[in-house]
Parts: sequence; C-alpha cells; structure tokens
Amino acid sequence: MDILFLLIPLSLVLAFAIGAAVWFAVEAGQFDDLEGPAVSVIADDDDPPGPPR
Amino acid sequence: MQSVIRADSVPESCFHCGLPVPASGAPRFELDGATRVFCCPGCEAVSRFIHGAGLDDFYELRSAKSERPDDPAVRDTLRLYDEPLMQSRFVTAPAEGRCEADLIVEGMTCAACAWLVEHAMARVPGVESAHVNFSTGRARVRWRAGEARASEVFSAALDCGCRAWPFEAGRLELVREGERKAMLRRFLVAALGMMQVMMYAVPTYIAREGEITPDEASLMRWAGLVLTTPVIAYSAAPFFRNAWNELRAGRLGVDLPVSLGLAAAFAASLAATLSGTGAVYFDSVTMFVFFVTGARYLERRGLERAGRSLQRMAALVPASARRLREFPGDEADLVAAAELRAGDRVLVRAGETVPADGVLASPGATVSEALLSGESRPIARRPGERVVGGSINAGDAFIMRVTQVGADTVLSTLRRMMERAIAARAPSVELARRASGFFVVFILAAAAAAALAWSMIDASRALWVAVSVLIVTCPCALSLATPVAMSTALGALARRNVVVARAGAIASLAGASEFVFDKTGTLTEGRMKLQRVVEVGRVPASYCLAIAAAMGRESPHPVDRAIGEAMPRDALPEVSWRVRHAGLGIEAEVDGRRLRLGNAEFCRYLAQSEPPPIAEADGSVTWLASTEGWIAALRIGDRVRPEAREAVRSLQAAGIKVHLLSGDDSAVVAMVARGLGIDEAHGAATPARKQAYVQSLQLRGAKVAMVGDGINDAPVLAQADVSVAMGGGADLAKVRADAVLVSDDLGDLAGAIALSRKARAVMHENLAWAVAYNVLVLPLAFTGHVTPLAAAIAMSASSLVVVANALRIR
Repeated sequence: MDILFLLIPLSLVLAFAIGAAVWFAVEAGQFDDLEGPAVSVIADDDDPPGPPR
Repeated sequence: MQSVIRADSVPESCFHCGLPVPASGAPRFELDGATRVFCCPGCEAVSRFIHGAGLDDFYELRSAKSERPDDPAVRDTLRLYDEPLMQSRFVTAPAEGRCEADLIVEGMTCAACAWLVEHAMARVPGVESAHVNFSTGRARVRWRAGEARASEVFSAALDCGCRAWPFEAGRLELVREGERKAMLRRFLVAALGMMQVMMYAVPTYIAREGEITPDEASLMRWAGLVLTTPVIAYSAAPFFRNAWNELRAGRLGVDLPVSLGLAAAFAASLAATLSGTGAVYFDSVTMFVFFVTGARYLERRGLERAGRSLQRMAALVPASARRLREFPGDEADLVAAAELRAGDRVLVRAGETVPADGVLASPGATVSEALLSGESRPIARRPGERVVGGSINAGDAFIMRVTQVGADTVLSTLRRMMERAIAARAPSVELARRASGFFVVFILAAAAAAALAWSMIDASRALWVAVSVLIVTCPCALSLATPVAMSTALGALARRNVVVARAGAIASLAGASEFVFDKTGTLTEGRMKLQRVVEVGRVPASYCLAIAAAMGRESPHPVDRAIGEAMPRDALPEVSWRVRHAGLGIEAEVDGRRLRLGNAEFCRYLAQSEPPPIAEADGSVTWLASTEGWIAALRIGDRVRPEAREAVRSLQAAGIKVHLLSGDDSAVVAMVARGLGIDEAHGAATPARKQAYVQSLQLRGAKVAMVGDGINDAPVLAQADVSVAMGGGADLAKVRADAVLVSDDLGDLAGAIALSRKARAVMHENLAWAVAYNVLVLPLAFTGHVTPLAAAIAMSASSLVVVANALRIR
C-alpha cells in the first residue's frame, strides 16, 4: 500500500486546486444567477449580437 | 415557428400576457398562417418586436406568461436618461470611451424574459455587453460612449415589455453583496474540506484490526489536519468572532458553545495528530462547519428575498428633478433631487417619476401610485392635492410645489418604518434570546459535568461526549425560531401592502379578537363624491350634471368639486355669467336660462314651488332649479369603500367581532354599519369617548385592533392593543400606528390577519420543535449515544427545519 504515500498528498494538492477554482468562480460571479443561464444555453441563437435582422 | 403557435393556442387569452382578450377589436398578428391574438396594442407591439428581432424562441423558453407592458407613452421620457446630470448618478466609465450602468429590470416573469431582455439590449448598436440576472432582477450593460445612448438601452427593455430603471448601488448594497459572496465561499470551502476529510476518515472506520499500518494512519491524520485547518480558520471564523464579540459585550450567545465544541474537538485532534496517539475528530469538525455555514447561507438568501421589495422602493425615486427657474414660467433646470427644497416648483413631464412629495400647482394631473399601493390605475389629482414622490405621471406634464423632501417623504417614512421594525426586536424575540442565553449556561455546565462523569467511567470517551453535548444541544434552532419567522412575515406583509412599524404588531394582529373601525376615511373613502343625479324635470340626468358642473367650475367648495370630478371638463356648456352666494349656492346663466345650484331654500326662490320629494339617503342633497321649476337633485356623500363589505365579512368569518366607532352623526353611522353588516356601531363619539370605549372592551378581556386614519385617532390608536392606519389619506410622517395599510384597500387587511396568524402558528411550532429537540437529544448525548458527527448533523438539521418552516410564510 505504498502507493497511498503518493496518492494522499496528491489528493490534497487536488483539493486545494479545486478550492482555488471554486474561489475564483465565486469571485467571477458564476453563482450570482442560477436560473437565467439555464435558459440562454438552450436558446437556438448562434449568431453574434448585432443589429436586428 | 409552428410549435410556438401550438403552445399558446388557447383561445380568448392574449398570446403575450395571457390576460383575457376583448370580445371584439382585439389586435391580431398573422404569422405563417396562424394568428396571434392580443389583449391590447402594447402586447401586440412587444410580440411584433420579438418576432422582428428573430427572438421568437422566447415563447418556447418561457415558463410563465409575460406581464402586460406599460403604456408606450413612457418611451418619450427615456431621453431624460441621456442628460449628463442624470447619467452621473448611475453610469460609470470602467475604461476609456466605455460606459457601464446597472439597471433594475421590472416585469420579468421567468428566466426566458431575462434572456429576451439581454438579447434585445445586446442588439442595440454600440452596446458591447449586456447581462441580465433574473434572480436579482438586475442588468449590467456596457456600451461605447458616443455610439449608443442610455435611452436606447432602456428602450430595448421596453420593447420586450419590461421596464428598466437606473440602479444606484448604495454602499450598504455593495457591502451586502460582498458578505453574501464571502458566505458562499465559506460554505464551499467547508463542503470541499468535508468531502475530502471523509475520504481519509472512512477507511479507519471500516478497516479491520491491522489492515492499516500505523504509518498510513498517521499519514491520513496529517492529511485531515491539513484540510481541516482552512475550514476552521476560514469557514468557521465567523463563529469564533461572534462568540468573542458576544462574550466581550457580556452576553452568552449561541455561537459560544459551537465555538467551544469546535475548538475542543480541533485541539484534541491536533494534539492526537502531533503526538500520534488518541482519536481525531476532523471529520466531525468539517461536517459541522459544512452544515452550519450551509444553513446560514440558505437563511440569508431567504431573508434577502424577503427584503427585496424594500430595496426596490428606494431605487425608484428619481435622482434628478426639473426645477422651475421662476413660477409662473416654464424654464426648468435639471437638478439633483437632493437639492430640492420645500417650496420649489418642479416640472414633471409625462411618464416621469415624481421626485418629492408636494401639492399640484397645475390645473390637473393624472398619476399612478403603483409603487406605493400596488394599484396601477392612474388617479386624477386636482390643484392643491397631494402628489407623492415615487408615483409616475400617467398624464400630461404638470407643475407641483414641493412640500417634503428627502427623509420626510412618504416613501422614506415607509422605508424607515420597516427598517425600524426589522431592527427592533419584538418582545417574543427578546424573550427567546434571553432564554437561549440561560440555555447556553446550562449547556456549558452539562458539558462540564459530562466530561467529569465520563473521565471517571471511561476517560478515553470524556472529551468525545463533552464535545457531543456542546454541539448537539446548541440552541441555534431556539434562537432562530422567532426572528426568522418574524422577518419573513414582515416581508410577506409588505408584499401585501401592509407595512409593519413595530415588530410585536404581528403577534398582536394575530391575537386580535375585536376590530374597531373608524368611519370617515377608513370604511369610507373620506372624500365627497357625487353618488346619484335624480332628474325631477324634463332635462336628462347627464345634461343636468353638465350644467351643474359648468356652474360650479372654478369653485373650491367640496360639493362643487365633487360634481366637477364626475364630468369631463371639455364637455361643459357655456356659462354667460355666475354669481356665488356664500353658504347658499351659485346662480348663473347657462344656455340663456337663469339657474340656481345650492340648497333647497336657495333654489326655491327661483323655482317658486316646493321641492319635489326624493328618497332620503346618506349625504347631502344639492338642488338644481331654473325659473321654470326644479330640474334635478344631486346627491353627494362620502362613498363606502367598495371592498369594505367583503373585508368586514372575512374578518367576521375569521371569528373577529367588528365595531364601528365614529365622530359622525349617529344616524349616518348606523346606516353605514347596517350596509356593512356591522352590529356594534356608535356615532357622535369624541376622541375621549372612543378611547374609553376601547378601554371598556379591553377590561372585558378583548384584544382590540383599531383601524383609523392614523392622525385624528391618535389617542384611541395608542389605547388599542394594535393599531392600523390607512396609508393613503394622511401625512405618513405623523402617523402613530403599529402598521400602515399602504394600499388603502381593506381587502389587504383580512389577508394580513390570516398571514400574521400563520406567522404566529409558525413561531409556536418553531419554539415547540426547538425545545423538544433539545430535551430529547441532551440525555442521549450525555449518556454517550451521540457521536460528534451525528451531533453536527442533528443540530444543523434542527436549525434548517426551523428556517424552512419560517419560509412557508408567504
């Protein structure tokens, strides 16, 4: 079970990496609106914003 | 697009907003062989815009019908937002040549609306980005200065049937936003820590003897320590800080046992890890922090939702006003609303928001007080009448004289009242707080006793049991039980147009057994209104009214004004001359005939006969007569509010006895009471008698709620157990009442009673639950049947139950 001595420290590194990612996600406002983006992603709208057609 | 039509093909309801469609002449819009039917041109215009912009997906994505759009006349006023002074209030420049603004978007009913508004805004030429947040109802738009104008952005929202307002983030708002983010971060850090620490803890639970070598066990302990440290130092920091602050203030708060429990468990685990002997509780510690931070985050979100209506109230008063240079005159300067002083004359253009409280100086105006009362139907105002800041000019431009500014306005007063009610602790809340203080002492003693007892029985379990006792019996649920219910109830009542000024009023309203109503301005509308025109000659009633209105034009007398209000001003016949006889009436010549309008005595001289008999009724009768005889009788009185009867009935159905107490003539009072189904009615009551009456009811053991106009009734309002004032008629800053009925709609009162009863029931449930929980778990923990981990789960769950129960109050 020597592999544990590699895997457990590795899992720690991973946990801190995820923690940092979550931190930036919160800072960037990813959790501000949990309803709107759910709709905008299924909207059939691939053209970039521009003047009305 | 066929599917779009199918989805909404229910006949008789508007394709856009779902309201009923008029039987004939409904606007239609032919598309791909199918027809969309609309209730009004506004909905049609919005739907056409959505189709024209290629955003038809909206109709498939939305989960709720849209709101009916505002009057399109609003659009003309959006140019105001291009004025530099106005822009300085809400537009920022994040980079060279860029403008950014935060907006409040009203009228979004589902997430698809947010999508629609976002796209409509993003398509305005010059706009770089637009983000609409459905949860908060806010939008952030960035555009290139000079290429797009703010008014075009606002206009884009209007195209979608929503209305946008500038949002001026206050400092408080920014602080709250930061706090919310910090809470979320704490929770997520704890969640991550909890998950990973469990990974290290579970093997030691399930492994058989000898399966884990001492080296491996030590490694997992160290790993647990590394992950638990940030959870304790960062996620749990507020607990320690609160406990310390409360301790310094000489109080024992609920965070104290939590902090002690956490500190003890962490310190013991730390020592065990360093020395390599003894048990570690990293899993329990992280799990506990995870649950409690999660519960507090949810609680916070619930409260924020409750307080949002209040925030919006503040944001809607405009930041600028058009102050007249001189009066009379029409040259106006755009100034900041904060610069206005009482006495200034302000021009309010069509569709603009009234910047301060004042009285109308123009001949007439139509305003919508939707903001204050929820009633969006425009109200006609006459010269000298009150115009409330925050209402919207729904008619032509008018000039008003400012009477109150800033903190003295109705809107600010309402806000302050609510804030005060939220901040002030109701007696029951204060009681619960003190009770939990005593309880904390008890817990600390119990934990110490448990530690002592177990150190004699089994020393290895002493710490473990003490920590369990500390955590599982934490009176969090007890201390949350009433405040959470109270603040949700305050928010829910505000949405029902009842603003509560004293937090204890909710319990008093719920317990009221008798309701005493004032008459004038409470059960009745409090202003003279034309009730009926009885024609007694050959002239038709409508023309009688036109003649009377023409004669009484320009007259300040309430009766003449009541007649004038019943008739459009442009349809009046020509008056050759008129003479006013003070106290009697008006004599005038209309269409070549000499006429008198006034009391019977005055008219008899002209008619040369006795007045014909008409049925007696409430209110006064004004006669119209000519030299040829009597023409008509105009009955004018104070009309009973249309919803009063229903409101009284629903109060009675709720087991409440209703009284009517008025200073008016007894006969009139008795008649109004009969019409409303009120048994107990007393007229000709002086303020002192009213107070004595309420006192006598209270001596009989009744809990009395008094409903009045809030100013003339001050003594009796103070005497009653709980008082409700009508918000519409009075100067709110002077109102001394426990609650204000902002809408003036008595129907809301019955709703408020039901709601406060529900709130009271929830508070009782919560208290009962919290006490039962603690009584049940303490012996279990004391006897060592609850592990620290189970204690953490049980304690967090009991708090969440209390919060979830409170959120049922809607």
